[in-house]
Amino acid sequence: MIHALKMFYTTVGRKMIMALTGLFLVTFLIEHLYGNLLLYKLDGGVAFNEYSEFLVSSLFIRVVEIALFAGFLIHIIDGIYLTLYNRRARKIRYEVEHVSGLGTWFSRNMGLTGAVIFFFLVVHLKSFFVPYRIFHTDTSLAYEVASAFRSNWYAALYVVSMVILGSHLNHGFQSAFHSLGFNNIKYMKPMKTLGTLFALIMMIGFASFPIMFYFDIFGVGTDILGH
Amino acid sequence: MNTLNSKIPDGSIENKWTRYKSTVRLVNPSNKRRIEVLVIGSGLAGASAAASLAELGYNVKCFCFQDSPRRAHSIAAQGGINAAKNYSNDGDSVYRLFYDTVKGGDFRSREANVYRLAEVSANIIDQCVAQGVPFAREYGGLLDNRSFGGVQVSRTFYARGQTGQQLLLGAYSALSRQIAKGQVKMYNRHEMQELVIVDGKASGIITRNLVTGELERFSGHSVVLATGGYGNVFYLSTNAMGSNTTAIWKAYRKGAFFANPCYTQIHPTCIPVSGDYQSKLTLMSESLRNDGRVWVPKAQHDKRKPREIPDQERDYYLERKYPAYGNLVPRDVASRAAKQVCDEGRGVGPSGLAVYLDFRDAIQRLGRHVISERYGNLFEMYEKITGEDPYQTPMRIYPAVHYTMGGLWVDYNLMTTIPGLYALGECNFSDHGANRLGASALMQGLADGYFIIPYTIGAYLADDIRVQVTPTDHPAFQEAENSVRGRIDKLMNVKGSQPVEELHKKLGKILWEYCGMARNEQGLNKALAEIKLLKEEFWKEVKIPGGTNEFNPELDKAGRVADFIELGELMVLDALHRKESCGCHFREESQTAEGEAKRDDNTFSYVAAWEFKGDGSEPALNKEALEFEVVHLAQRSYK
Amino acid sequence: MSETINLKLKVWRQKNTSAKGRFEIYDMPGVSTHMSFLEMMDVLNDKLIRGGQEPVAFDHDCREGICGMCSMFINGRAHGPLRGTTACQLHMRHFQDGETITIEPWRANAFPVIRDLVVDRSAFDKIIQAGGFVSVNTGNAPDANSIPVEKHKAEESFDAAACIGCGACVASCKNSSAMLFLSAKVSQLALLPQGDPERKVRVLKMVQAHDEAGFGSCTNIGACEAKCPKNISIAHIARLNKEYLRASLARD
Repeated sequence: MIHALKMFYTTVGRKMIMALTGLFLVTFLIEHLYGNLLLYKLDGGVAFNEYSEFLVSSLFIRVVEIALFAGFLIHIIDGIYLTLYNRRARKIRYEVEHVSGLGTWFSRNMGLTGAVIFFFLVVHLKSFFVPYRIFHTDTSLAYEVASAFRSNWYAALYVVSMVILGSHLNHGFQSAFHSLGFNNIKYMKPMKTLGTLFALIMMIGFASFPIMFYFDIFGVGTDILGH
Repeated sequence: MNTLNSKIPDGSIENKWTRYKSTVRLVNPSNKRRIEVLVIGSGLAGASAAASLAELGYNVKCFCFQDSPRRAHSIAAQGGINAAKNYSNDGDSVYRLFYDTVKGGDFRSREANVYRLAEVSANIIDQCVAQGVPFAREYGGLLDNRSFGGVQVSRTFYARGQTGQQLLLGAYSALSRQIAKGQVKMYNRHEMQELVIVDGKASGIITRNLVTGELERFSGHSVVLATGGYGNVFYLSTNAMGSNTTAIWKAYRKGAFFANPCYTQIHPTCIPVSGDYQSKLTLMSESLRNDGRVWVPKAQHDKRKPREIPDQERDYYLERKYPAYGNLVPRDVASRAAKQVCDEGRGVGPSGLAVYLDFRDAIQRLGRHVISERYGNLFEMYEKITGEDPYQTPMRIYPAVHYTMGGLWVDYNLMTTIPGLYALGECNFSDHGANRLGASALMQGLADGYFIIPYTIGAYLADDIRVQVTPTDHPAFQEAENSVRGRIDKLMNVKGSQPVEELHKKLGKILWEYCGMARNEQGLNKALAEIKLLKEEFWKEVKIPGGTNEFNPELDKAGRVADFIELGELMVLDALHRKESCGCHFREESQTAEGEAKRDDNTFSYVAAWEFKGDGSEPALNKEALEFEVVHLAQRSYK
Repeated sequence: MSETINLKLKVWRQKNTSAKGRFEIYDMPGVSTHMSFLEMMDVLNDKLIRGGQEPVAFDHDCREGICGMCSMFINGRAHGPLRGTTACQLHMRHFQDGETITIEPWRANAFPVIRDLVVDRSAFDKIIQAGGFVSVNTGNAPDANSIPVEKHKAEESFDAAACIGCGACVASCKNSSAMLFLSAKVSQLALLPQGDPERKVRVLKMVQAHDEAGFGSCTNIGACEAKCPKNISIAHIARLNKEYLRASLARD
């Protein structure tokens, strides 16, 4: 076991950590999106609230939650470590550097998009997770969400962040498989397409909530908040 | 005159090597540990020798002037490597490969060496495959072969158009393994500057560290030179920019005989020179002549575009002169024919020194996709360099210096006339006679390094097991280092007005003009006089910027060019004395009525081994008579 | 197209590894468009030498795109603007009249500058020495045809083996990672039965040597592939990762 853990000390192992934690976080995203979609049931937020209460009360989810936080933490720390490590591998930089066409913008800016997502995460946790999960506010979570997205800047922040998340995933999703060795010449292109598709679904899916609630499309907002 | 003892073992040609191997003296493993071998060069011959000797347990030090042993110019060989495997079931055999090579060399090589080469050729393929060299394969998973010029069987193994690269990387990997084990110590960016001789034996070398400029001493029981060819004496050649003669030239000056220096192979299909700034010539594989047709306009100085010249005004001169072989005549014949039509004023392109290699008919016959499948990467390379699309307009090609068959004289053991000094690969003279067949250079380099030197060096070292290596503070080392330092200082102090390159170009022009594809007495005499003047000019005019104790490529080049000038003189002398034509050496005085090369076996059936007699004195000619016991001498004909 | 162009060259000059470097600007009027990039550098050096200045040191040897010695970062790109091309095969017809061309050495801590544009790439040798070979002594080999290899695997193995070790992958990589170089060798041998017996120890040791040399970590950007003069695919990096995972999880 210890022998196997040694693998994570190398540059290859480090990026496998990024890949593994990244994919783990992706499963969380899928689950999160599923939960959020319950907001669209037009049932006054009942299903969504039930679901979120289940998440708070389940012991199993407590455990998963710890793993999730650990996953985030490792992903972030390893990401910072690698970004700095890689920067340090070239102390003297080029005077002129033309990077267009040499890999995508998304792939070159994972550190940047990651940092934005981290900032978003802090705001996001502060808005929903902390009051609901830690302080157990009286209002339902559905109500909190629907009212929060009435704010201009809040909705905008969410939309922008989700675009950044999409950018992060666009490279990250397929890159994770690549890092773990699940790729070859034949699969390279389909894998990239799949990655982009996945990123788009996540981006559109999550960004839809601020947009739908802000503009009250199909009455999703009034359904929960009343008039 | 010295009598040269080639030490060919007794017995029938088929048994010589086998018997040699089972009777040669050996060095036992515990003694090998006490022996130091210096290998200069890390190409196919050098890397394979260093690796194989280290595997046996010898302590090896290996030197190359490049930044890594993987850069040696063997890497640029395109076509393939011959081996008598007979995997194609087309009647190949060791004897046939031997015979083709002797005949291809126009009967100027040593039978016993060539036979041994053919014998070990099959082992080379086995060895390389085991190393993981990705040779071309058939769908069934077995190795693919193709045919090459001058032979009737398919015996050439290949890895796309980069066979040399793959074989070299194989040898480099074997070398790397020994470096990791500490059995080989590798010295990159080190150039051998002098050979150290103690008690008549090769005992060490002086090198210049090309990064720091420092002179360093290395001592060994034996010195193995594997430093490649000297084609760059012509300035323009297909060789790498750094390929040079310095190591073997120093050996020659210390007493190693130099054999057949004038035998230079000129490859017919290279991209022509485009301007004075040109630094090197690029080869286009010989295989192009399978489908391309060579022609020039019938009229002189015809400046029309090639497509505007109708068929009846074109001269497909190879097909006209050699109906039997057509565009596939051997290299030397094709090269001379191109020179002839250009001399007549019918050459094409801006310089008038080129002929067309036209794929129009092949594209019409086979379709563009077939041609692209066969030659796509070559067409691309051509377009990259010239900016012209060979699918639309014919390629322009011209002969260029490619390989030197001459080199240090060696006996059957690959030992030079200096005891303990060996020469392997292109830097020796042994196997290709007056002309090398395609895909045989790689074969020889690896045969020498993997399979011959590991046996033959033991015969010499068996006597040395109790002898310590000469300490590097021995007066001989001191003296050698002083002479190197003296020469460097002398070069730096000339402080003339001409950059090294310019003087090198002048040398190249003289040799190309008078000692190139066709030679005659008058021209050669003129060349001799001009080189003498150039030598004086060099030592008065050369301008080397920078300092001695630093990275200074101009100083490196200056040393090499100074040696090239001396070598050029010897080449001309050799060409002058060999009044016959043979293989690549075409003396205009010795040709048949149809203008073909004519040998004179009665007078010149020997190896000319030149002996240095001091600066300012004529070198002495020693002869090794060539006995042909197996092959019958015959005049080549390709009509 | 005009036959000559006028250029300005902005070249990195550095006396030795420890010296401080700087850019120098040189005028290059009347450059023939038929020249190769390195021949243009020859002309510059000729001018400099005649003018009593020191020429620009740069690595080069075969000048036909196979030895891997040339190594220049031209106008912000390893080996210049073209794909699948080394600096020695780049010709001046790809540049515009009046252009300023910036020429820099490969930049990576693992490739220290020796002088001007010359860098030390011995770290690559060390990676190969760590395991980029099949341990087979001369004379031990079985008959070549006793080891059949699937054609497509042999072809893919060749694609990886085509690496010329120039270092453009490292130079182009945002992270100065040598993963493409490393993976090309690992992948070449992983695809062949000859490489099988040592595949585990090979990949572990080679990755270790890669890290010890100070190269960065791969983040799957693909700049290396885009600037590789031999068009080596990053799919080989995926294979390296697989080999690494396999080797790490194996019992011994």
